[in-house]
Amino acid sequence: MSVRVTRSRRPATWSGLASALVFVALLSLPYLVFANVTSLLVNLFILLVLATMWNLLAGYAGLVSVGQQAYLGLGAYTVLVLAQNGVNPFLAIPVAIAFCAVAALPISLLVFRLRNEYFAIGTWVVAEAFQLITVRFPQLGGGTGASLPGLGGFDPALRQAFTYWAALAVLAATLLAAYLLLRSRLGLDLTAIRDDEVGARSVGVQPARAKRIVYLIAAAGAGGAGALIIISQLNVQAASVFSVQWSAYMIFVAVIGGVGTIEGPILGTILFFTLQQSLAERGAWYLIIVGTVAVLVAMYAPRGLWGAISDRFDLRLFPTGYWLHPQGSSPGGLLARLLRRER
Amino acid sequence: MAWLNAVVQGILLGGLYALFACGLSLLFGVMRVVNLAHGDFAVLAAYLGLAVITGLHVPLLWSTLAVAPLFAVVGYLVQRLIIQRSLEVSPLTTLLVTFGLSVVLQNAMLEGFSANSHSLPSGWLAAGSFRLTPQLSIGHFSLIVFAAAVVVIVSLQLFLSRARLGRQIRATADDAEAASIAGTDVRHVFGIAAAIAFATVALAGLAFGGYSSFDPGAGTQRLIFAFEAVVIGGVGSLWGTLLGGVVLGVSQALGAQVDSGFGVLAGHLVFLAVLAIRPRGLLPGRVT
Repeated sequence: MSVRVTRSRRPATWSGLASALVFVALLSLPYLVFANVTSLLVNLFILLVLATMWNLLAGYAGLVSVGQQAYLGLGAYTVLVLAQNGVNPFLAIPVAIAFCAVAALPISLLVFRLRNEYFAIGTWVVAEAFQLITVRFPQLGGGTGASLPGLGGFDPALRQAFTYWAALAVLAATLLAAYLLLRSRLGLDLTAIRDDEVGARSVGVQPARAKRIVYLIAAAGAGGAGALIIISQLNVQAASVFSVQWSAYMIFVAVIGGVGTIEGPILGTILFFTLQQSLAERGAWYLIIVGTVAVLVAMYAPRGLWGAISDRFDLRLFPTGYWLHPQGSSPGGLLARLLRRER
Repeated sequence: MAWLNAVVQGILLGGLYALFACGLSLLFGVMRVVNLAHGDFAVLAAYLGLAVITGLHVPLLWSTLAVAPLFAVVGYLVQRLIIQRSLEVSPLTTLLVTFGLSVVLQNAMLEGFSANSHSLPSGWLAAGSFRLTPQLSIGHFSLIVFAAAVVVIVSLQLFLSRARLGRQIRATADDAEAASIAGTDVRHVFGIAAAIAFATVALAGLAFGGYSSFDPGAGTQRLIFAFEAVVIGGVGSLWGTLLGGVVLGVSQALGAQVDSGFGVLAGHLVFLAVLAIRPRGLLPGRVT
């Protein structure tokens, strides 16, 4: 029986078009709304960047890290050091991103020696060590933190608009990078490793190399988020930027939204953020509730909210896999469903 | 003399770290689960100990008789109701679930006990010490904790190698499917292993509460120290864990001697150095 294989179906074409429209709409937002809205969105974008990158790491490369805040802090402090030496903070963002990817290489040599289960705490130790090293440098503000120089000359409204655009740019780059990565040869390698590592190895896939590349990319993404944090807050404090709380946020968002899909973290971020706005004054209760939900989702609905939606409605907005259309049956037919399960 | 004192205090502190690491090591050895809420459960045990000590007016040592069995029950339930289910989803799910549990526990303790720090009144134990020289003295309490760590490790070792239930645990760890064919109730055996691990967590938490003050967020660092002790010593070896704890304790004490803010970082750096030079640890055990 012949089978026709396609990347996407009509919903994906529509979602591509819709993404472009949303992007343009978001781009023009600083002209339309006040700065309190855009600065809220900056925080949302930062969270989405982090969740997307964590999802890439855990959902596709099988690397559960609890230490991505190491690169968050490294990115923020890279911007600080460059700004202290006269570089425009906005121009320092790409430098911070690149620097985090480079710094992740030697770190990966160390933490990759730990088995999957211990890898999680190993990355956490690295983040703790980064924090303790940072506070030893008085020029970085020590434990009390440092404020970001170099943005004083900007008009506040203009500065906030630029911050917003920078965050939008980092977010767009992150989502595009994740999407293209998963559609590339590397994405195929990762899927093969996830399904059967020994089998993948036998057909020439190099798991260690593929995982390392994803680790470097995730570090770069976290570095970009860290750069955005210092620019939007205008100061940085080691205990807060290196806090494991960031890991809690990215993990909860990805798990509730759906690990292993691009759509999941987007949905999760919007949900998390809405909850955060309405439960903010509840303090610790907020994290108790979200944490409990994440635990229950991980145990009973491991594919998350988006997994449930895409199963129910047969929907993929960012197609990274393949659709099989057996001849003579509709694309949604039983055989196609079975074949998709296999994917 | 100050350096010798640092080494001695570091060794004793290492006993506490080894006590923390036992439970982590056991859970990983038996069911390949890294419990990221390990440290938070220990802090919870310290709070329970505080309630028992102030409520019943008993000394710290006696409170272990109430808290450790209670924690064994908690461990059995956590294993049967939460960890087992996550294991069946996927091994990595256990990390997500125990991490979520850690955040929930920390914030629940924050809500219930406030952010203030407490310490366990250890009475005459805390005050007493053997004064060897004017600069070098060994506190009774830290000596008892070190001895407790050694006793726990020796009994665990004996239990796992000699006792019928211990051998059943090892058999299940080696091959759960074969063990279940041979008539072992795998889930129950895992539950027992978790109960033992949690009882050691309770001991570690109480010892920690007697050593220094604790607050709801203190668990994170406990987990990290326990983990470092396990990896420095060598995964899969209980004696290695004791050695790892001692190496970590001595590194921290010597680091703190150099500069008071350098202690914890020195421990992390030694851990990373071991990872770089001897990734299998100082006393690599057979991985059960």
